[in-house]
Amino acid sequence: MPESSAFAPQYASIPHRDHTAELGMWVFIATEVLLFGGLILAYLVYRHAFPQGFAEASRHTEIVIGTANTAVLLTSSFLVAWAVEIFSPDTARITTWLLMGAACLGLAFIALKGVEYSKEFGEHLVPGIDFQFAGPRGNSIQLFFIFYFVATAVHALHMLIGIGLLIALAMICRKAPTTRHHTALHSAALYWHFVDVVWIFLFALIYLPGRSSS
Amino acid sequence: MTQWRPPLSLIGAWLVLLALLALTVTLAYVPLGAGNAIVAMSIGTIKAGIVAAIFMELRHRSGLTLVFAGAGLFWLGILLWLGLMDFLTRT
Repeated sequence: MPESSAFAPQYASIPHRDHTAELGMWVFIATEVLLFGGLILAYLVYRHAFPQGFAEASRHTEIVIGTANTAVLLTSSFLVAWAVEIFSPDTARITTWLLMGAACLGLAFIALKGVEYSKEFGEHLVPGIDFQFAGPRGNSIQLFFIFYFVATAVHALHMLIGIGLLIALAMICRKAPTTRHHTALHSAALYWHFVDVVWIFLFALIYLPGRSSS
Repeated sequence: MTQWRPPLSLIGAWLVLLALLALTVTLAYVPLGAGNAIVAMSIGTIKAGIVAAIFMELRHRSGLTLVFAGAGLFWLGILLWLGLMDFLTRT
Protein backbone atom coordinates (compact mmCIF):
# COMPACT_ATOMS: atom_id res chain seq x y z
CA MET A 1 0.00 0.00 0.00
CA PRO A 2 2.24 2.87 -1.20
CA GLU A 3 1.20 6.09 0.46
CA SER A 4 3.63 8.51 2.03
CA SER A 5 1.25 11.21 3.28
CA ALA A 6 -1.60 8.94 4.25
CA PHE A 7 -2.13 10.67 7.55
CA ALA A 8 -2.79 14.26 8.56
CA PRO A 9 0.00 16.29 10.26
CA GLN A 10 -1.47 15.85 13.74
CA TYR A 11 -0.69 12.13 13.62
CA ALA A 12 2.73 10.60 14.13
CA SER A 13 2.03 7.48 12.05
CA ILE A 14 -0.64 5.42 10.32
CA PRO A 15 -1.28 3.29 13.45
CA HIS A 16 -1.65 6.52 15.44
CA ARG A 17 -4.26 7.74 12.94
CA ASP A 18 -6.10 4.40 13.05
CA HIS A 19 -6.07 4.27 16.84
CA THR A 20 -7.52 7.78 17.00
CA ALA A 21 -10.27 6.85 14.55
CA GLU A 22 -11.13 3.78 16.62
CA LEU A 23 -11.30 5.77 19.87
CA GLY A 24 -13.50 8.35 18.14
CA MET A 25 -15.90 5.63 17.03
CA TRP A 26 -16.12 4.30 20.58
CA VAL A 27 -16.96 7.79 21.88
CA PHE A 28 -19.69 8.00 19.26
CA ILE A 29 -20.95 4.54 20.21
CA ALA A 30 -21.07 5.64 23.89
CA THR A 31 -23.47 8.44 22.91
CA GLU A 32 -25.54 5.91 20.97
CA VAL A 33 -25.59 3.55 23.97
CA LEU A 34 -27.14 6.38 25.99
CA LEU A 35 -29.67 7.16 23.23
CA PHE A 36 -30.96 3.60 23.21
CA GLY A 37 -30.35 3.36 26.97
CA GLY A 38 -32.92 6.09 27.60
CA LEU A 39 -35.49 4.20 25.54
CA ILE A 40 -34.74 0.96 27.35
CA LEU A 41 -34.98 2.71 30.74
CA ALA A 42 -38.48 3.93 29.83
CA TYR A 43 -39.39 0.40 28.71
CA LEU A 44 -38.13 -1.15 31.96
CA VAL A 45 -40.05 1.36 34.09
CA TYR A 46 -43.33 0.64 32.29
CA ARG A 47 -42.72 -3.11 32.17
CA HIS A 48 -42.15 -3.03 35.92
CA ALA A 49 -45.41 -1.11 36.35
CA PHE A 50 -47.46 -3.27 33.94
CA PRO A 51 -45.88 -6.74 33.81
CA GLN A 52 -49.00 -8.56 32.54
CA GLY A 53 -49.81 -5.95 29.92
CA PHE A 54 -46.27 -6.05 28.55
CA ALA A 55 -46.26 -9.86 28.49
CA GLU A 56 -49.58 -9.89 26.62
CA ALA A 57 -48.43 -7.19 24.19
CA SER A 58 -45.21 -9.09 23.52
CA ARG A 59 -47.22 -12.17 22.48
CA HIS A 60 -48.76 -10.03 19.72
CA THR A 61 -45.35 -9.39 18.10
CA GLU A 62 -44.17 -11.55 15.22
CA ILE A 63 -41.55 -13.77 16.82
CA VAL A 64 -40.82 -15.68 13.59
CA ILE A 65 -39.95 -12.46 11.76
CA GLY A 66 -38.07 -11.15 14.79
CA THR A 67 -35.99 -14.32 15.07
CA ALA A 68 -35.30 -14.41 11.33
CA ASN A 69 -34.23 -10.77 11.44
CA THR A 70 -31.86 -11.47 14.35
CA ALA A 71 -30.23 -14.29 12.37
CA VAL A 72 -30.02 -11.99 9.31
CA LEU A 73 -28.28 -9.26 11.31
CA LEU A 74 -25.86 -11.64 13.04
CA THR A 75 -24.91 -13.08 9.65
CA SER A 76 -24.44 -9.66 8.13
CA SER A 77 -22.17 -8.67 11.05
CA PHE A 78 -20.18 -11.84 10.40
CA LEU A 79 -19.72 -10.87 6.73
CA VAL A 80 -18.54 -7.37 7.70
CA ALA A 81 -16.09 -8.74 10.30
CA TRP A 82 -14.82 -11.15 7.62
CA ALA A 83 -14.34 -8.27 5.15
CA VAL A 84 -12.38 -6.24 7.73
CA GLU A 85 -10.22 -9.27 8.51
CA ILE A 86 -9.17 -10.10 4.93
CA PHE A 87 -8.99 -6.51 3.63
CA SER A 88 -6.04 -6.03 1.26
CA PRO A 89 -5.50 -4.93 -2.37
CA ASP A 90 -5.35 -8.61 -3.40
CA THR A 91 -8.77 -9.36 -1.95
CA ALA A 92 -10.54 -6.20 -3.13
CA ARG A 93 -13.06 -8.18 -5.17
CA ILE A 94 -14.12 -10.54 -2.43
CA THR A 95 -14.18 -7.70 0.11
CA THR A 96 -16.57 -5.84 -2.18
CA TRP A 97 -18.81 -8.90 -2.45
CA LEU A 98 -18.81 -9.45 1.30
CA LEU A 99 -19.81 -5.84 1.94
CA MET A 100 -22.53 -5.98 -0.72
CA GLY A 101 -23.77 -9.23 0.81
CA ALA A 102 -23.91 -7.60 4.24
CA ALA A 103 -25.77 -4.60 2.79
CA CYS A 104 -28.28 -6.92 1.07
CA LEU A 105 -28.89 -8.71 4.37
CA GLY A 106 -29.46 -5.27 5.91
CA LEU A 107 -32.05 -4.53 3.22
CA ALA A 108 -33.67 -7.93 3.85
CA PHE A 109 -33.94 -6.93 7.52
CA ILE A 110 -35.66 -3.67 6.55
CA ALA A 111 -38.01 -5.51 4.17
CA LEU A 112 -39.02 -8.02 6.87
CA LYS A 113 -39.52 -5.12 9.29
CA GLY A 114 -41.86 -3.58 6.72
CA VAL A 115 -43.87 -6.82 6.50
CA GLU A 116 -44.08 -6.83 10.28
CA TYR A 117 -45.22 -3.20 10.47
CA SER A 118 -47.95 -3.81 7.88
CA LYS A 119 -49.19 -6.86 9.82
CA GLU A 120 -49.35 -4.79 12.99
CA PHE A 121 -51.19 -2.05 11.13
CA GLY A 122 -53.68 -4.68 9.95
CA GLU A 123 -54.17 -5.79 13.57
CA HIS A 124 -54.84 -2.18 14.72
CA LEU A 125 -51.72 -2.11 16.87
CA VAL A 126 -50.20 1.20 15.77
CA PRO A 127 -50.61 3.84 18.52
CA GLY A 128 -51.43 7.31 17.23
CA ILE A 129 -52.61 6.03 13.84
CA ASP A 130 -54.88 3.09 14.45
CA PHE A 131 -54.86 1.44 17.84
CA GLN A 132 -57.77 -0.63 19.05
CA PHE A 133 -57.42 -3.25 21.72
CA ALA A 134 -60.39 -4.63 23.60
CA GLY A 135 -59.66 -5.76 27.11
CA PRO A 136 -58.56 -4.47 30.49
CA ARG A 137 -54.89 -4.15 29.54
CA GLY A 138 -55.39 -1.98 26.45
CA ASN A 139 -53.54 1.01 27.88
CA SER A 140 -50.39 -0.81 28.95
CA ILE A 141 -50.39 -2.71 25.65
CA GLN A 142 -50.51 0.63 23.88
CA LEU A 143 -47.50 1.78 25.94
CA PHE A 144 -45.61 -1.33 24.85
CA PHE A 145 -46.37 -0.67 21.20
CA ILE A 146 -45.30 2.97 21.50
CA PHE A 147 -41.91 1.71 22.73
CA TYR A 148 -41.91 -0.95 20.04
CA PHE A 149 -42.44 1.47 17.16
CA VAL A 150 -40.12 4.20 18.46
CA ALA A 151 -37.29 1.78 19.29
CA THR A 152 -37.53 -0.29 16.09
CA ALA A 153 -37.92 2.81 13.90
CA VAL A 154 -34.85 4.49 15.46
CA HIS A 155 -33.01 1.20 15.01
CA ALA A 156 -34.17 0.89 11.39
CA LEU A 157 -32.91 4.44 10.73
CA HIS A 158 -29.50 3.34 12.03
CA MET A 159 -29.71 0.32 9.73
CA LEU A 160 -30.40 2.51 6.69
CA ILE A 161 -27.38 4.71 7.50
CA GLY A 162 -25.26 1.57 7.97
CA ILE A 163 -26.46 0.07 4.67
CA GLY A 164 -25.50 3.32 2.92
CA LEU A 165 -22.04 3.20 4.52
CA LEU A 166 -21.51 -0.43 3.53
CA ILE A 167 -22.52 0.17 -0.09
CA ALA A 168 -20.32 3.28 -0.31
CA LEU A 169 -17.34 1.38 1.14
CA ALA A 170 -17.96 -1.58 -1.17
CA MET A 171 -17.80 0.81 -4.14
CA ILE A 172 -14.69 2.60 -2.84
CA CYS A 173 -12.82 -0.58 -1.90
CA ARG A 174 -13.42 -2.16 -5.31
CA LYS A 175 -10.32 -0.50 -6.78
CA ALA A 176 -6.89 -0.09 -5.19
CA PRO A 177 -7.90 -0.03 -1.55
CA THR A 178 -5.49 1.75 0.81
CA THR A 179 -4.94 1.70 4.56
CA ARG A 180 -7.19 4.77 4.78
CA HIS A 181 -10.01 2.70 3.32
CA HIS A 182 -9.26 -0.02 5.82
CA THR A 183 -9.61 2.52 8.64
CA ALA A 184 -12.88 3.78 7.21
CA LEU A 185 -14.15 0.22 6.84
CA HIS A 186 -13.10 -0.61 10.38
CA SER A 187 -15.00 2.42 11.73
CA ALA A 188 -18.12 1.55 9.71
CA ALA A 189 -17.82 -2.07 10.90
CA LEU A 190 -17.79 -0.96 14.56
CA TYR A 191 -20.97 1.00 13.88
CA TRP A 192 -22.61 -1.95 12.12
CA HIS A 193 -21.76 -4.35 14.95
CA PHE A 194 -23.10 -1.85 17.46
CA VAL A 195 -26.43 -1.68 15.59
CA ASP A 196 -26.41 -5.48 15.76
CA VAL A 197 -25.87 -5.39 19.56
CA VAL A 198 -28.77 -2.94 19.96
CA TRP A 199 -31.00 -5.36 18.06
CA ILE A 200 -29.90 -8.28 20.26
CA PHE A 201 -31.31 -6.41 23.27
CA LEU A 202 -34.40 -5.07 21.48
CA PHE A 203 -35.15 -8.64 20.40
CA ALA A 204 -34.95 -9.91 23.98
CA LEU A 205 -37.14 -7.06 25.27
CA ILE A 206 -39.76 -7.01 22.49
CA TYR A 207 -40.28 -10.57 21.28
CA LEU A 208 -39.37 -12.92 24.12
CA PRO A 209 -41.44 -11.81 27.16
CA GLY A 210 -44.68 -13.61 27.93
CA ARG A 211 -44.12 -16.53 25.53
CA SER A 212 -44.26 -19.23 28.21
CA SER A 213 -47.67 -18.17 29.55
CA SER A 214 -50.95 -17.40 27.90
CA MET B 1 -5.40 -18.96 -2.09
CA THR B 2 -6.28 -18.97 1.56
CA GLN B 3 -6.04 -15.23 2.19
CA TRP B 4 -9.75 -14.66 1.56
CA ARG B 5 -10.90 -17.31 4.04
CA PRO B 6 -12.44 -16.08 7.28
CA PRO B 7 -10.54 -16.94 10.48
CA LEU B 8 -12.00 -19.83 12.44
CA SER B 9 -12.68 -17.49 15.38
CA LEU B 10 -15.13 -15.49 13.23
CA ILE B 11 -16.93 -18.59 11.94
CA GLY B 12 -17.06 -19.97 15.48
CA ALA B 13 -18.47 -16.72 16.87
CA TRP B 14 -21.13 -16.59 14.14
CA LEU B 15 -22.25 -20.19 14.75
CA VAL B 16 -22.30 -19.72 18.53
CA LEU B 17 -24.39 -16.54 18.10
CA LEU B 18 -26.93 -18.42 15.95
CA ALA B 19 -27.01 -21.28 18.47
CA LEU B 20 -27.60 -18.83 21.33
CA LEU B 21 -30.43 -17.25 19.32
CA ALA B 22 -32.07 -20.67 18.93
CA LEU B 23 -31.52 -21.37 22.63
CA THR B 24 -33.03 -18.09 23.83
CA VAL B 25 -36.13 -18.50 21.62
CA THR B 26 -36.59 -22.08 22.85
CA LEU B 27 -36.16 -21.14 26.51
CA ALA B 28 -38.65 -18.28 26.12
CA TYR B 29 -41.37 -20.94 25.73
CA VAL B 30 -40.32 -22.86 28.85
CA PRO B 31 -42.28 -21.62 31.89
CA LEU B 32 -39.68 -20.32 34.33
CA GLY B 33 -41.69 -17.50 35.88
CA ALA B 34 -39.45 -14.54 36.62
CA GLY B 35 -36.54 -16.65 35.37
CA ASN B 36 -37.61 -16.15 31.73
CA ALA B 37 -36.64 -12.47 31.79
CA ILE B 38 -33.33 -13.25 33.51
CA VAL B 39 -32.51 -15.97 30.96
CA ALA B 40 -33.43 -13.73 28.01
CA MET B 41 -31.31 -10.82 29.24
CA SER B 42 -28.39 -13.06 30.25
CA ILE B 43 -28.25 -14.73 26.84
CA GLY B 44 -28.57 -11.30 25.20
CA THR B 45 -25.62 -10.06 27.27
CA ILE B 46 -23.52 -13.10 26.30
CA LYS B 47 -24.35 -12.50 22.61
CA ALA B 48 -23.44 -8.81 22.91
CA GLY B 49 -20.19 -9.82 24.63
CA ILE B 50 -19.28 -12.18 21.77
CA VAL B 51 -20.00 -9.47 19.18
CA ALA B 52 -17.92 -6.93 21.14
CA ALA B 53 -15.01 -9.29 21.84
CA ILE B 54 -14.70 -10.99 18.46
CA PHE B 55 -16.51 -8.99 15.74
CA MET B 56 -15.52 -5.63 17.25
CA GLU B 57 -12.05 -7.04 18.02
CA LEU B 58 -12.01 -5.86 21.63
CA ARG B 59 -10.19 -9.06 22.69
CA HIS B 60 -7.16 -7.82 20.74
CA ARG B 61 -7.33 -4.35 22.29
CA SER B 62 -5.96 -3.05 25.53
CA GLY B 63 -5.74 0.03 27.72
CA LEU B 64 -7.22 3.15 26.25
CA THR B 65 -9.52 1.44 23.71
CA LEU B 66 -11.09 -0.70 26.42
CA VAL B 67 -11.57 2.37 28.62
CA PHE B 68 -13.33 4.18 25.76
CA ALA B 69 -15.45 1.14 24.92
CA GLY B 70 -16.30 0.64 28.59
CA ALA B 71 -17.26 4.29 29.10
CA GLY B 72 -20.58 3.82 27.31
CA LEU B 73 -21.40 0.82 29.50
CA PHE B 74 -20.38 2.74 32.64
CA TRP B 75 -22.71 5.63 31.83
CA LEU B 76 -25.47 3.22 30.83
CA GLY B 77 -25.07 1.58 34.23
CA ILE B 78 -25.49 4.95 35.98
CA LEU B 79 -28.53 5.76 33.83
CA LEU B 80 -30.29 2.46 34.53
CA TRP B 81 -29.23 2.30 38.18
CA LEU B 82 -30.33 5.78 39.21
CA GLY B 83 -33.25 5.78 36.79
CA LEU B 84 -34.72 2.51 38.05
CA MET B 85 -33.88 2.79 41.75
CA ASP B 86 -37.02 4.75 42.62
CA PHE B 87 -39.40 2.52 40.65
CA LEU B 88 -37.92 -0.78 41.84
CA THR B 89 -37.96 0.20 45.51
CA ARG B 90 -41.43 1.72 45.74
CA THR B 91 -43.83 -0.17 47.93
